[in-house]
This record gives sequence, C-alpha cells and structure tokens, in this order.
Amino acid sequence: MSESLVVPTMAEMLAEGKQPEVLFWVGCAGSFDDRAKKITKAFVRILNRTNVSFAVLGTEESCTGDPAKRAGNEFLFQMQAMMNIEVLNAYEAKKIVTACPHCFNTLKNEYPELGGNYEVIHHTEFLKSLIDDGRLTVEGGQFKGKKITFHDPCYLGRANKVYEAPRDLIQKLDIELVEMKRSKANGLCCGAGGAQMFKDAEPGNKEVNIERTEDALETQPDIIAAGCPFCNTMLTDGIKNKEKEGQVKVMDIAELIANAQDL
Amino acid sequence: MSYLDNIVFAIILIAGFVFFASGVKKIIRNINLGVNVDRKDNPKARWTNMAMIALGQSKMVKRPIAGVLHIFVYVGFIIINIELLEIIIDGLFGTHRIFAPYLGRAYDVLIASFEILAILVIFSVTVFWIRRNLIRLKRFIHSDLSGFPKNDANYILYFETVLMILFLLMNASDLHLQNVPGGVFHKAGSFPISQFIAPVFNGMSNELVILLFEIFWWLHIVGILCFMNYLYLSKHLHIILAFPNTYFADLKPKGQFDNLASVTKEVKLMMDPNADPFAAAPVDENTVPAKFGASDVQDLNWVQLLNAYTCTECGRCTSACPANQTGKKLSPRKIMMDTRDRLQEVGKNIDANKGVFVPDNKTLLNDYITPEELWACTSCNACVEECPVNISPLSIIMDMRRYLVMEQSAAPMSLNAMMSNIENNGAPWQYSQQDRLNWKNEN
Repeated sequence: MSESLVVPTMAEMLAEGKQPEVLFWVGCAGSFDDRAKKITKAFVRILNRTNVSFAVLGTEESCTGDPAKRAGNEFLFQMQAMMNIEVLNAYEAKKIVTACPHCFNTLKNEYPELGGNYEVIHHTEFLKSLIDDGRLTVEGGQFKGKKITFHDPCYLGRANKVYEAPRDLIQKLDIELVEMKRSKANGLCCGAGGAQMFKDAEPGNKEVNIERTEDALETQPDIIAAGCPFCNTMLTDGIKNKEKEGQVKVMDIAELIANAQDL
Repeated sequence: MSYLDNIVFAIILIAGFVFFASGVKKIIRNINLGVNVDRKDNPKARWTNMAMIALGQSKMVKRPIAGVLHIFVYVGFIIINIELLEIIIDGLFGTHRIFAPYLGRAYDVLIASFEILAILVIFSVTVFWIRRNLIRLKRFIHSDLSGFPKNDANYILYFETVLMILFLLMNASDLHLQNVPGGVFHKAGSFPISQFIAPVFNGMSNELVILLFEIFWWLHIVGILCFMNYLYLSKHLHIILAFPNTYFADLKPKGQFDNLASVTKEVKLMMDPNADPFAAAPVDENTVPAKFGASDVQDLNWVQLLNAYTCTECGRCTSACPANQTGKKLSPRKIMMDTRDRLQEVGKNIDANKGVFVPDNKTLLNDYITPEELWACTSCNACVEECPVNISPLSIIMDMRRYLVMEQSAAPMSLNAMMSNIENNGAPWQYSQQDRLNWKNEN
C-alpha cells in the first residue's frame, strides 16, 4: 500500500473533458463499512495497476435503494433510483462496475424501466475480462496451495446466474477450490439479503450466517472467498462465533487477486 | 352389455365431466380475481419453459429419487389416458377392446406398456407412501401439512394405487376370459403383468369371472371420474396447472423485482420541477385509489393466484429456505397454501352472495400470513429456484411487505431507521453523503 490510490471522480473527468472506460459504483458498504472499504481499495489498486480508466461518483453517489425495495418501500426505492439515474445520465455513464451484488442487481435489472440503461457488471466479471484481454496477469503468490471455498452471493448467483467468473478468478491463484455441499444455484443465503442486514432476525433456533458458516467450515478451508460485502460481514461474524478467526479468513475475490499480486 | 349399461355409462360419464367443468370454471373465476399482469411476451421462451419444466420434468430430477419415481407416475398417468379413450368408446357403444382390430400388433405393445407402467406407478406410489408415513421425511411431516393436507396427500396415493390395481385386475379377468375354452372375449392385447394374476380366476365359472370383470371395469372408470373430480378439491391440480403455470411464469432474472407503476407515477410527479404542488389531484370518480402492495388475494396478480392452485405442497421450497431451516416461522409452502385457502374462502363467499364478494373482516395478511413470517424472508430466491413448476412464493412475500410498509407504516423499527437514513443521507447507515469518498485517503 505504498503508492497512494488514484481515484478520479466523474466530475473531475468531465471537467477535463474525458469519459472513463468504466464507472466504479462503490456502494454504501464499500464507502462506509470498515471491512468493505478494504475491498474497495483492493479493487482500486488493481484498477490503478492495470491502468484502467475509471471514475467514481464520490459524493454524488447515493444508495441504489435496494434495501428499501426489499423491505417493501417502493417509494423510497424509486426516489433513490430516479435521483441516481439523473446523475448517471448527466454523466452519460455507459458501463458500470460494482463490487456489491445488491447494487449490481438493482442497477442492472431494476433501473432500465425507470430510464437508466447501462451495461452493469460485477467486479469479478470485470477482473475476469481484464485477464482475458491480457491486461491483468495473476499468479498464486502467497495463496499457492491453499484451500479456498467460494460462497455464492444470492444476488450474483441465483438472481443473475453469475457462477463462473468468481470461480475462474479463484482458480487462477494456483489454489485448491473446494465446493460447499450447497453451492451455485443451491447455495445457501448468508442471511443478510432482503434488508435482513439492517434488522434483528425473527425468533428461531439458529442464525442463518451460522448455518452457512458451518457449510463453509465443513470444507476445511484456509480461506472463504466472498463476492459481496454483506456476505463478507455475515461470514466473518460466523467465523468469529465459531472461534475460527485464527485459522480461516474471509476475503473478497478482489482482495485475493490484489494480495496475490502484492498490490 | 345391454343398452341400459350404455345409457348408465353415458350418464355417469357426462355427470363426471359436467361436475369437473363446473369445478374448473370456479377455479378460473377465482384466478381471475387477481390483478392483471401481462405474461404474453416472448412466447418462444414460454413454450420452451413449459416443454422443459412441465413436460420434461427438468426441475423434478434435481432430487433424483423423487424425480425418477415421479416420472414413472407422470408417464403412467399420461399414457394410460390413451387406454381411457378406448374404455370410454367401449362403454358408450357396448364394444370390447375396439382399438384391437385396427392396431393389430401395435395394440399388444400398447397394452403391454400400460401394464408395465401400471406396475411402475404402484411401485412409485408405494415408495412415496413410505417416504411420507414410515421414513417421515422432514418436509412431509412439517407443521404446514397438519390436518387435511397430510390426509390429502395419502388419499391421492391410495386412489392411484386402487385405480392401477383395478386396471390390472380388469386385464387379468379379461385375459382369463380370452383363454377359456371357446373364448368369451376375442383375443386382444398382451399382458406381461396381469398374466400372473389371471390364474386366480381358474376354476371359477365363466359367469362369475364375467361379473368380476364388469365390476373391475366399472369401478375403474367410475374411480377415474371420481379422482378427476377430487383434483380441484385437492393439491393434485398440478397435473393440469403445471403446464399453464410454467408457461406464464416470470421470465425476468430472479433478482429483478417489479417496479410498481403506480409508485412511478407519484415519484415522477414529486420530482417534476414544473408540477404545481398546490394543484388538487384530478378527480375521477371511477377510479379507486391504488392500493400499494397486497393485503388480500384480490391484490395479488392472477399468476400468483394460479401459482397457489398449482402448488402440490411438495415442500422443496421450504426445505431450501434459509429462514425455515433456522427455525423461523416463514415457510414458502405455507405462503402458497394460505393464498389458496384464502382464495377458496373468497370464492365461496362470492358463490354464497350471488356473485359479489361481501367483506368478511378477514384478509390474507394477519388471518393467514403473519408479519413475522413475512419479515423473516431474506429474498434469496432459494424457494423460487427449487420449485419444480416455477412458483414464486417470494413475489407474494414482497407484495405483502409493500402493503405493510407503504399502507400501514408497519415495518420493524430497525428497518424504519435504515429507511430514514437512506432518505436523509443516501445510505442505510448514519453517515453523511459528503463523506462518501473519505475511504480514498484513509489507511
């Protein structure tokens, strides 16, 4: 982390008369949550290293409205959506990348009807395309030989059928990818979706994140890879609950790639 | 057979179909109580879905044991219906195995395959019964099914077994009568299974065996007509509705929830700088103000109501639901069962009140589905993914949450806090939008 991050905003780009290749939608978790900010920075380090021309909205970004919509507040969702669409359209955004599957799903699927039409991709798909285009090369580095299991985020997997990009990236790391008993379309939720992140769970006999953490621990991994800041939080809490934080780490795929390259 | 037989048969047959038609008509009427939603787009993808998922059973076999056994029963059901056509013609015209002379060898193959399917159906249904009643798989002894639903499932299994046994006994006595000296019936068909049953008739008088044959024949066809009329009273309607249900199912990505058009209109007005904030709302006496979300079955769309009638209560959704697995009250199967029960209740209300629904102080929300169930959902789509016939319990849950939040302001406290944060700061937490890029300079 010796070099400082270069994070241009859309406003700065516009002032210079430039249009970035891609707009990085950071998301609320990526902007404010201490754990998720590390994911954001890891992703930016990769973007900087590969000289990808990108920009963020910075203080002009606002919640996509996903948690409001899933909680049932369609009003608030559409208010947020239309404000964001106004901003995005003013900058003539074409392509958006985000590290949050909830933002990804909402921007990709729910904004077009309200006037926001963009090519929206998840950061794992974007990183995969950088590798495919030869702009990024990945070697195992410090992860060589480690056992990694991948937790499918519901809003990336089942919701949008993106199963392979994250796995392809993990496999570039010279590691052993082990699947949980429930994965891909059968993957179990981490417990955060549908606005559950922001409320206590209803009475029951277990927390969903514990159930999922047990799935992950069954594979005896060194690392649980995640592709969503909320899953990351839920699984990290699960690992703490199981007192396994010494042995097992929960890491986003962007962090795996960045760390493997010593970025 | 005398003419009396033919007339009695015709009457029973017509009665069976008339009752069935009136039952189906009521169900169609009830489904049409739902709000309109357009599902006519992209017919090619819809036909493909129907062919793959309903006809091809592609989602059933994801659980291989139940999947393969179900295919036996399903193929048996469809193929044996060809035989039914012959039985009906024989019954109406007093003929015996009318197809045999026209089909020749093919007839033997047909009858033989019916017999093999019949024995496979009996086998599968027996395993299903064992899974429900002896092995007691979790999803089959779940509290959702207490009372009628549990019995309903077993009645269907008994019905199918009895019908198949009658079919085989009918063939066995027929075969016996074909083979007695002089041959009471003309030779027709090949009987790989019932040839082993036929010897039980040895030593009986021809008259007795003819009588037994008639009894089996009549019980079989009357049984089928009864079963047909049991369909719309039970969860077994899926054998018909699985087809339209997969055709009309949502084609959008599972993560895409519909944007309420009524809300879009209001939001656009709110954000329009040229809108006059003091203008009175245009008065139109014919329009009822739109209700946001759903508190009762009439607020749901017709596909959701079709979903409710299609559900066969297999419980794959509930067994995959993260909330249910961790002991919460939410069960996606119960959401579908409650929707159907309430819809049936509303339908009966309409029947009893000359075609008009008279408010009964009950709603789907609270009287059937509690807010606690609705708030336990993580919207993970596992239930939608699991459903072998593409039912979406999630869409009903979301519509009911919308009602709770937008009509009743009845969200849990912590969600209200999250929503006011979004309103005020543009983030679900209490951080200022001005600080959104601070991470750039933090270490």
